Amino acid sequence: MGKTFVEKVLGRKAGRAVTAGEIVEVVPDYAMSHDNTAAIAKTFASIGVARLYDPNLHVVILDHASPPPNEKFAENHREVREFVKKHGIQNFYDVQRGVCHQVMVEEGFALPGLLIVGSDSHSTTYGAVGAFGTGIGRSEMAVIMATGRIWLRVPETMRVVFRGTPPPGVSAKDIMLYAIGRIGVEGANYMAVEFAGEAVEQMSVSSRMVLANMAAEMGAKTGYVEPDEITLEYVRPRARREFEVVKSDPDATYVRVHELDVSALEPLVACPHAVDNVKPVSEVAGTRIHQVFFGSCTNARLEDFEVVARILKGRRVHPEVRMLVFPASQQVYLDALRAGYLEILAEAGAVILNANCGPCMGSHQGIPANGEVSLSTSNRNFRGRQGNREAEIYLCSPATAAASAIRGVISDPREFL
Amino acid sequence: MKLVRGRVWKYGDDVNTDVIFPGKYTYTVTDPVEMASHAMEDLDPEFAKSVQPGDVVVAGRNFGCGSSREQAAFCLKYAGVGAVVAKSFSRIYFRNAINAGLPVIQAPEAVEAIEAGETVEIDLERGELRCKAGRFSFPRLPEAVLGIFAAGGLIPYTRQRLGLAPREGEGTGTSGESSR
Ligand code: SF4
Repeated sequence: MGKTFVEKVLGRKAGRAVTAGEIVEVVPDYAMSHDNTAAIAKTFASIGVARLYDPNLHVVILDHASPPPNEKFAENHREVREFVKKHGIQNFYDVQRGVCHQVMVEEGFALPGLLIVGSDSHSTTYGAVGAFGTGIGRSEMAVIMATGRIWLRVPETMRVVFRGTPPPGVSAKDIMLYAIGRIGVEGANYMAVEFAGEAVEQMSVSSRMVLANMAAEMGAKTGYVEPDEITLEYVRPRARREFEVVKSDPDATYVRVHELDVSALEPLVACPHAVDNVKPVSEVAGTRIHQVFFGSCTNARLEDFEVVARILKGRRVHPEVRMLVFPASQQVYLDALRAGYLEILAEAGAVILNANCGPCMGSHQGIPANGEVSLSTSNRNFRGRQGNREAEIYLCSPATAAASAIRGVISDPREFL
Repeated sequence: MKLVRGRVWKYGDDVNTDVIFPGKYTYTVTDPVEMASHAMEDLDPEFAKSVQPGDVVVAGRNFGCGSSREQAAFCLKYAGVGAVVAKSFSRIYFRNAINAGLPVIQAPEAVEAIEAGETVEIDLERGELRCKAGRFSFPRLPEAVLGIFAAGGLIPYTRQRLGLAPREGEGTGTSGESSR
C-alpha cells in the first residue's frame, strides 16, 4: 500500500517504514523558537546538560514583542541574546528581521521534505513549500536542545481538494476560512492535512502559506502542499542545504477527503470568538469596526500589500478607524517600500509599524479597547487573543480589511475592484 | 505506575484547558500543591477537594481542547490522577500529558460503559481497562511513551537516559504557558 507524505518523511528520519498511528523518535532538521527561547533555556538548564546537542539545529527569531514594549520583555530578549551567544547558535535573527514563520520560509530553512519543529503552533506554515512543520511544547524544545530528539506520532492524513478557480476578490484566506468553517476547529485533530486541487495549483507560495498556516486552526499537526514548479522556483535560490521533494503515493491512505468547490465562493469573515464561525461578508457587512490589523504570519506578504494598496490608492482610511500595518518581514517591508505600496498606505492614513507580531496575540502596538471591534488579517479570534477580553475580533482577507478600513464598517472588497 | 486503580470522575465532551486549569493562574500559580488545588476548578469544584491518588478522569470527545498550556496536564498529575480516559484528546493536550507523565488513554467504548463513581483498573502495559461492565482493550502504548510515564515525565526521562541523577521537583514544566 502507498505511503503518505508524512509517513515517508518520518519513516526516513526513523530509519524504518512507518504507518500512521506509530510513534517515532527522530532528530528534526531544524528547531525554531522565538521570544520563548528564554523560558526554554531555563528548562534546558534544569536538565543539566552543559552544551547543546547541535547548535546548528536551532533557529532563534525575536518577533513576538519586537522591539520590547517594557522592561520585562527587554530582559527576556537580553536573556535570549546571551543564550544564543553562549551556545554558538548562528541562526539567530534579532528584532529587525520579521515574524518567525515568514523568516523560516524566506531564509530557506523551510524546504521540501525537511522535518521542522517549532515551539509555536503555526509552525505548520512550512508545509507551504512541502516541509513537515509542526508545533511542539516548550519542554520538548528544551529536550531537543539537550538530546536533539523528539517523539512524534505519525499522523493520519486528510486531503482537502479545492476545485475550480476562485472569482475575483476571493483569495487564499477566503478559501481557507471556507474550509475551516466546513471542517471545524477540531476537524483535523491529530492529522496532517494535504491541500490540493486546481485552486491550490494556481496559488503562489505566499498564498499556499495561508493554507498551511491556518491548518493549525483545524487542529492539524501539519499542513502540506505538494511541491511543484512554483515551489521549486521559490525555494531554489534560498535553499540552505540539499533537499529532496517528498510526495504522497497515488494509492496512499487518507482518513478523509473533502472536496470543496471554490468557483462561486464569496469573500468570508470569521466572526467572534471562533475561527470556524465563518459567514459570508454580505451577512456581516455594516458591522462597525474600530481597528484594522493588517499583519501576521498569515497575511502580510507582498501580494497582500499589492491588493491593499490597489484598494487604498487615492482613498482614505475612515477617520474613526485605526489601520495598523505590520509587514510579515523586513524583506516584505523593503519590497513594499520599493514598489510604492507603503507610500500609498501612509497617504491613505494607515500607521506603518515594523515587521513583528504586533497585537496578534496581544503583546503590544495596538491592543483594542473595551467593546471595540478589531478586523484582522491574522489567524485567531479567540476571546482575548489581541490582549483584551472585552474586544471582538473578526478575521478576513487583506482585501476585505482594506475595503472595510475605508468605509469604517465591514465591507465587501468586490465593490472596490 | 503501570497499573492504575481508582475511582472514576466522569465528564462530558469538549472539556477545555480553561476549565481544567484556569488561564488566570497560568503565570502566578506554579507550586505543585497549589496547582493541584485549582484542578478542574471551573468544571467541578468538588474535584480538587476529594480526588484521591490513582483516581481516573473519564471524559468524552476532545478532552483538553483550547489553549496549549502545559499546566492543564500537570495540575491533574499533581492532584494524583492516575490516568485520563477519553473518547478523544486534543492533539496538544495528548502530547503535554505524556510529557508531564500523565497517562492518557483513548478508549471510546470504555467511556460509554464506565459509570461515574465506580472503581476501574487500568493495565497500561497490556493495554487493558477493567470496569463493572467488563474488559476493554486499548492500543498498547509504545515503549518510548511508557518509559516517559515510568520516569514521571519528559524532563526526568531525559535526565535518566542521559545518566544524570534525578533532581527534586524536576519536570514540573511550570515555566509558563506553552507556545501559542
Ligand atoms: S503573527 Fe501571530 S500567529 Fe504568527 S507567530 Fe506571531 S503571534 Fe503567532
